[in-house]
Amino acid sequence: MEDISREQSETPPLLAMRDIVKQFPGVRALDGVDLDVRAGEVHCLLGQNGAGKSTLIKVLAGAHQPDSGEVLMNGEPVKLTTPTAAMKLGVATIYQELDLVDGLSVAENVFLGHEHATMGFTRRGTTNAATRKILERLGHGEIRPTTEVGRLSPAGKQVVSMARALSHDARIIVMDEPSAALAHDEVSNLFRIIREVTAQGVAVIYISHRLEEIREIGDRVTVLKDGRTVAVGLPAKDTPTNKVVSLMTGRNVEYVFPPRPDGGFGDELLTIQNCSVAGMVRDVSFSVRAGEIVGLAGLVGSGRSEIIEAVYGARKFSGKITINGEVVKPGNTTRSVGLGMGLAPEERKAQGLLLGQTVARNITLASMERYSTLGWINRKKEAEEAAHLVKALDIRPPDPNRVIKTLSGGNQQKAVIGRWLVGEGRKLLLLDEPTRGVDVGARAEIYALVRKLADEGVGVLLVSSEVPEVLGLADRVLVIREGRIVREAGAGELDEHTVLDLVMDAHPVTSAPSHD
Amino acid sequence: MTEVNPQQVSTPKADETGKAKAHAAVATPPGGGPRFSLGAIGDIPHIGLVLALVILAAVGLVTVPDSFGTASNMVSILALAATIGVITVGATFVIIGGGIDLSVGAVMALASVWATTLATQEYGPWVMMICAILVGTGAGLLNGFLISYGRMVPFIATLAMLVAARGLAQRMSNRKTQLVGPDNQLIVDLSTTRVLGLPLLVYIFAVVVIIGWLILNRTTFGRRTYAVGGNPEAARLAGINVRRHTMMLYALSGFCCGIAAILIMARTTTGSSTHGDLYELDAIAAVIIGGTLLTGGRGTIVGAILGLLIFTVITNLFILNGLNTSDQLIAKGLIIVAAVLLQRRSLNAST
Ligand SMILES: Nc1ncnc2c1ncn2[C@@H]1O[C@H](COP(=O)(O)OP(=O)(O)OP(=O)(O)O)[C@@H](O)[C@H]1O
Ligand SMILES: [Mg+2]
Repeated sequence: MEDISREQSETPPLLAMRDIVKQFPGVRALDGVDLDVRAGEVHCLLGQNGAGKSTLIKVLAGAHQPDSGEVLMNGEPVKLTTPTAAMKLGVATIYQELDLVDGLSVAENVFLGHEHATMGFTRRGTTNAATRKILERLGHGEIRPTTEVGRLSPAGKQVVSMARALSHDARIIVMDEPSAALAHDEVSNLFRIIREVTAQGVAVIYISHRLEEIREIGDRVTVLKDGRTVAVGLPAKDTPTNKVVSLMTGRNVEYVFPPRPDGGFGDELLTIQNCSVAGMVRDVSFSVRAGEIVGLAGLVGSGRSEIIEAVYGARKFSGKITINGEVVKPGNTTRSVGLGMGLAPEERKAQGLLLGQTVARNITLASMERYSTLGWINRKKEAEEAAHLVKALDIRPPDPNRVIKTLSGGNQQKAVIGRWLVGEGRKLLLLDEPTRGVDVGARAEIYALVRKLADEGVGVLLVSSEVPEVLGLADRVLVIREGRIVREAGAGELDEHTVLDLVMDAHPVTSAPSHD
Repeated sequence: MTEVNPQQVSTPKADETGKAKAHAAVATPPGGGPRFSLGAIGDIPHIGLVLALVILAAVGLVTVPDSFGTASNMVSILALAATIGVITVGATFVIIGGGIDLSVGAVMALASVWATTLATQEYGPWVMMICAILVGTGAGLLNGFLISYGRMVPFIATLAMLVAARGLAQRMSNRKTQLVGPDNQLIVDLSTTRVLGLPLLVYIFAVVVIIGWLILNRTTFGRRTYAVGGNPEAARLAGINVRRHTMMLYALSGFCCGIAAILIMARTTTGSSTHGDLYELDAIAAVIIGGTLLTGGRGTIVGAILGLLIFTVITNLFILNGLNTSDQLIAKGLIIVAAVLLQRRSLNAST
């Protein structure tokens, strides 16, 4: 890589974006950003939530038009007026929020927009064969091109997005937080693919909030802050983490976990006895005490999310789940909320947000009763509560009346968690990947907030693909593999390696487990 | 919509954090300039609709100056709008909630027939009115039950109701028009008694619109309607009983049909299985012209009512000008297309 980059620095870079400005109503998302990307490199884009990363790559993908600035490819100015124009120039993009059509097959999704067709009739045989070839190249030959995408797990969908990018002979592949939905082993697979395509001279622009990934896969790093470039072309491997973090945020540590309390926990709050979910969870029993944070570590598809959803009554299960002695009824989430539970779901766009509505309404969705009498909403109180939470969670821009769709991914996530922090009285919080897409600074704030709630007596059940997060935040860790608890221990008794070995064991789960 | 803006509460604090953290500089435009929110585009179609109404009125005043602007014509426009208007309020709820109700016209006809059978008429006007409302609500509940618990597609379930309710109405009435009896003139009085120059049924319409607006904008039921239509899974996970709520939406629509049945009995002094033919299309068109998304999660009652008034005024203009009804239908079709295109433009402009 070193050699290639020295050679190439003589010739114009594959991609140069100069002084890009993009103004949204009320927000200057990009305020003069520069980006240089060379052929064959993995160029990482770092920045806090709302720094403008996604906006920048949408400009590159032709999805947004910049107000000023220019884009050069191989030294030639180009116009990226539409997504199709960008694709023709060899830019393929995998967006932060996956944009697959659930009802279409894998192959149809891969070739969506550039189908193999004769006079409007798609040639399914050719399409399927071409898709199979790409999937095999990605190391996922077991995903059938004819499977409906809606039936794939998040990791499987990720692979399909990747296949779609490869289906356009791309010169630049942009990946906006591709690893957020992936488990540990899936990430290594993704890296293998990235190395393969870069070896063929394709440039990859990689966005992630996980710095260890940047160190592992990245060649050079560009850091954005408040819509400006604050560092260009830093070497990804040698730049010390604290330097990168402080460029982004002004802090200098990556994971900051609040201290655990000295005292014990309260009474048993949640009891799960012999709980099974068809095909996903087998005979799981455990409990959570008031004030305790219990972490579930496991791969995507290991059954962790299913356990959480069963506890919440959002899924059918057998066995017995009680909270404070009251039985949870499958299928009745209204009752669960009434019993004091709250769930921040895994897929914020599909399961969490009302995208077309304001931040305030998203935050207050589950707790309208708190400030309404006989169904009549006290709007002043509601607005105060929403404004308070926007401030407490440092949601940016700090405007409760902004439509949530226009917030950056990480800030949307904060609102999903904020929904359950309205008022007092929440007894058990179920957090499924609570920091997905959240930047290092805001993560520390979410950790502190979760700990503070626990200190006030709230029980927390936490699912995360990031092992350091589970180990750092939880008091007790349950390792889940193939729907069973394979290890239960205090967080202090485990280290990252042990947990990773446990979650993977001898079964290298090579792909989405649910695509059949 | 001049709503109290919670932003005013938070802005000074935002400035503090702005100093402490540089990133707020991006968030707050220099000088805290005007902020646009998507909410504002909800207003643009309304302005457009009001403008359209004004233009139509001007056309009326120019082409038929003697008849259009008269008080009696205005009253007849409102009286005509009242029946479908009440139905439109219910349809707005259903459509914002992500559904569709095709059965409204037929259910209204059935309610009017049921309320005017000899057996019902014996009990007097109040029982007739209650009967109409119960029949409407009952049919709505059945729709809702089939859709939320029977998991039928709304289009199909309410289409079945449309056909069946008309059939039942024909059976009950033997396809005859049933007159409201002389003892039950109280019902007819709703259209003949005037207060401040307007018949009572116009006031009933106004009250339904106001109550509908309040429920949609000021109550948890209204909020949940937007949530259920916008993202049912998110609503469910937020603890909203989506199925029960969906059922209530159709019941509400049926309830509105019951009230509409009372109004049509008042206006025509009859109950008949032919009442309300194609009302469902007028109601849905009005809702859509008013800016409500057919996919749910978004829309307003004010818009729907303005949409309806536009339709009614067009009908009125065509009649006054002596033009034929086929041209009128063509004009209405064009208006629907134009309204939707304009709304899409204002949506795109703001994102
Ligand atoms: N369509 C839009 N309309 C208005 N504002 C927008 C729009 N899209 C993004 N923004 C704003 O632009 C800023 C940059 O957002 P962007 O999504 O690029 O951030 P990001 O760096 O990708 O953050 P994250 O790490 O959270 O994904 C944010 O303040 C966001 O609210
Ligand atoms: Mg982003």
